[in-house]
Amino acid sequence: MSTPTSSKTAEPLIFELGQEGRANRYLEEGKALDAFLPEAVVRKDLPLPDNSELDVVRHYTRLSHRTFGIDLGFYPLGSCTMKYNPRVNDAIVAKREFAQLHPFVPDALAQGALQIMYELERSLSSLFGMAAFSLNPSAGAHAELGALLIAKKYFKERGETRRDKVIVPDTAHGTNPASASMCGFKVVSLPSNERGRVGVSEIRSVLGPDTAVCMMTNPNTLGLFEDEIAQIAAAVHEAGGLMYYDGANANAIMGYTRPGDMGFDLMHLNTHKTFTIPHGGGGAGHGPLGVAAHLVDYLPVPVIAAAARANGESGSAASDRLTFKLDFDRPKSIGPLRSFWSNFAHVARALAYLYANGEEGLKRVSQLAVLNANYLRVKVAEFLDTPYPEICRHEFVASAQELKKEHGVRALDIAKALLDHGYMAPTMYFPLIVPECLMVEPTETESKETLDKFVEALHQIVEEAKTNPQALLEAPVTTVVGRVDETRAARQPDLRWRAPQ
Amino acid sequence: MYAPHTQRDIDEMLAAVGVESLDALLAVPEEIALKAKLDVVPALPEYQIARRFERFAEKNAGVGYRSFLGAGSYSHYAPPAIAALAMRGEFLTAYTPYQAEVSQGYLQAIYEWQTYICLLTGMELANASVYDGATALAEAAIMALGATGRNKILVSRAIHPNYRAVLRTYCDGLDVAVDEVPVTENGATDLSALADAVGGKGYAAVALQSPNFFGCVDTLTKDAQAAISSSGTVPVAVVAEALSLAALEPPAAWGAQIVAGEAQSFGVAQAYGGPYAGFIASTKEHMRRIPGRLVGKTVDNAERTAYVLTLQAREQHIRRERATSNICTNQAHCALIATIYLALMGKSGLRDAASLNLARSRELASAVANVDGVTLKFPTPFFNEFVADVGRPAAEVLESLAELGILGGVDLGRFYPEFASCILMTATELTTTADINALAAALDGALNVHAHI
Repeated sequence: MSTPTSSKTAEPLIFELGQEGRANRYLEEGKALDAFLPEAVVRKDLPLPDNSELDVVRHYTRLSHRTFGIDLGFYPLGSCTMKYNPRVNDAIVAKREFAQLHPFVPDALAQGALQIMYELERSLSSLFGMAAFSLNPSAGAHAELGALLIAKKYFKERGETRRDKVIVPDTAHGTNPASASMCGFKVVSLPSNERGRVGVSEIRSVLGPDTAVCMMTNPNTLGLFEDEIAQIAAAVHEAGGLMYYDGANANAIMGYTRPGDMGFDLMHLNTHKTFTIPHGGGGAGHGPLGVAAHLVDYLPVPVIAAAARANGESGSAASDRLTFKLDFDRPKSIGPLRSFWSNFAHVARALAYLYANGEEGLKRVSQLAVLNANYLRVKVAEFLDTPYPEICRHEFVASAQELKKEHGVRALDIAKALLDHGYMAPTMYFPLIVPECLMVEPTETESKETLDKFVEALHQIVEEAKTNPQALLEAPVTTVVGRVDETRAARQPDLRWRAPQ
Repeated sequence: MYAPHTQRDIDEMLAAVGVESLDALLAVPEEIALKAKLDVVPALPEYQIARRFERFAEKNAGVGYRSFLGAGSYSHYAPPAIAALAMRGEFLTAYTPYQAEVSQGYLQAIYEWQTYICLLTGMELANASVYDGATALAEAAIMALGATGRNKILVSRAIHPNYRAVLRTYCDGLDVAVDEVPVTENGATDLSALADAVGGKGYAAVALQSPNFFGCVDTLTKDAQAAISSSGTVPVAVVAEALSLAALEPPAAWGAQIVAGEAQSFGVAQAYGGPYAGFIASTKEHMRRIPGRLVGKTVDNAERTAYVLTLQAREQHIRRERATSNICTNQAHCALIATIYLALMGKSGLRDAASLNLARSRELASAVANVDGVTLKFPTPFFNEFVADVGRPAAEVLESLAELGILGGVDLGRFYPEFASCILMTATELTTTADINALAAALDGALNVHAHI
């Protein structure tokens, strides 16, 4: 089968194209730079290529043909929530009044932007049971860092500087321990029990006067709901610690429970997962950071402050009767986490998505995301081992351990074979506790037909693993390149083009 | 709602799973089940969502004003071809390119971005992006802490105040002190104070921004470079206005080992502050400490050229608590936009843009300097922004300009109490002579025409 990314003709680098002086006339011709600057500071050489617009358009269009996105096909990448990215959101943020708004425009002249931020902040706080959110962090890991800085400052101000341990289950995303160590915390890794969960008795065994924060993902990365979460939170609180909710998997819970109801004090969301912000090939993301009431004062600056309108101007929504400002005067704040206030374009996209759903729609999103995952799970379980055969949430894990033992076919080989069938591969080898793990998250925007075809393809691959394993070891064969030599890339790093000597 | 399920689909799927209802699938223990009534914005049909955002857009009146705002976010021309290419669904809706075989296009684009950043800064390698200029500085500081084993950072007070604030936020977490070098009356970093400070050999890094927050070219002299070198401190350059790299000597030429920068100027929308495109570039010796993704060139199983994410042993998903940084999602799409901008503009277009920024900002400077009561604060050469002293509280002057539809610049008093009568003004290739004349006239009106007493 041919995929949309199947042209085997290599595309040269932009630096290997063009001719000096082949300029596009976007601007007037400028005078020589030394007309304006002393000779000593003027740059002598600018070794960049000149290309015609047509050649640039063809080059990046061809590169797009060698790139797989949700728009090309099913993208079941576990823990990444690769759902459809609605185009209306992009149209909205392309508007001049948003795209060209400078961050230092006075508050009175940026009320629309501030109202968007306010509406998103209030909606998220309600939806997840937090007292307030900061829209400052640029991604989930960035929000984790912010949250742990809040925890550190909170304990310091209470004189509890002994609290230097952060508890992280072994199913946690890698960002959790990395963020903890960026705040000087020591990481205590907590093994999951035979149910694939953290139990309250396991938590108690690591709690103590040095406990600062317990970071949990719920549902966890096995796709399982941590059903003892209320007892875990109570135990952590009893020990004087704080509970942190990693919201990467928030697509599974909307309308049924909230991190605030579960007992979490801090949390983040990835709007580039749950709220349809396009991932853009690895960002930009957006990681709102939520806190319970006792931690609001520590949020990064600025926060959005609202007051009633003096002149009585009004509109359809309650927020239309308010006036907004960026509040920097927050003495207990941990400080800012980024150059400017937020990834505003993503804030606007996320709010547009909330408007497309409303409360009932968001509940429906979680219902159908969980339905799709369970449907796939039972279908896949007919021919591939699923180590936790029970109701899952938005994702589930399968294991190729048997296939590896019997036929020498690993999770990696299955993943690569899926590429030949026109699918993105699931997340591989994560969580670390499942051998030969494939972690599958379909999201709610995929139809039953798409899931059925995917199951068919995966089934065919598993059969092939038994009958003709060698073929899978060579996959993918339809893509523009075959398996890539990662070892060579790491041993002889070539991280940039250099002009031929 | 963007889910395609019919009721029949739902019934068949529930039957296949063997549960009665959707509620049964999503049930949680009673004590944590949602009971509160939520307060989320209401559901609207798509055309009404567009109308709601039209209304928000109308309230951003500042976009229609004549603007002289810069200070880390710049209004430059972005050819429409950028959006036509970058918004292609293949790029926009891809995840981080973990599966190299179906991500060659994006990986190659990032390899091109890394190369562009190296060519512009004079560094030997660059990463696939970080969140923005401020976090780039913080991550560069962390690289230097690791490289030196020291626990103090020295920064020029002429570095963007927001960048310094973010650096302090990060350093608080690591119990690392951040000290500041003062600024001379010329608006540049006091290099003799800097040399004295690094002489104590306690600093992991010393950071300078050029052009600095006041717009002034602010680089290390040979003497300062020698002092830094003998102290074992890592010199870090900050670039907040990336277009200046087309006009000014690259940071490598004045001794930087790490460059932390912001590439918003390269076609990325100002968008009220984000998303932008931070970058980190460095000399080879810091390769294994650089944070975030790196794309490397290699071959596939048939010896064909191929690109792949590499040196991942540094990263959080492999190393967990021993990673060099926690960054996972970065700013790939903004980096792609910047790459396409650089390809379209080319050497000729960038030189023209840089030259026009120099020309228009000088036109602006002489126009405002001609207004009675306004003086240019610093004599140091600048790129496209400079400080004007208006002799009375800048905040009040800016407010009266805003009443005339002009955003005259950034009130420096907001960040530097001693410069409360100063405005940071910016002109780019998009600033017109009419804009400049309007600002000069309005300034004259604000400063020199006295209303009835």
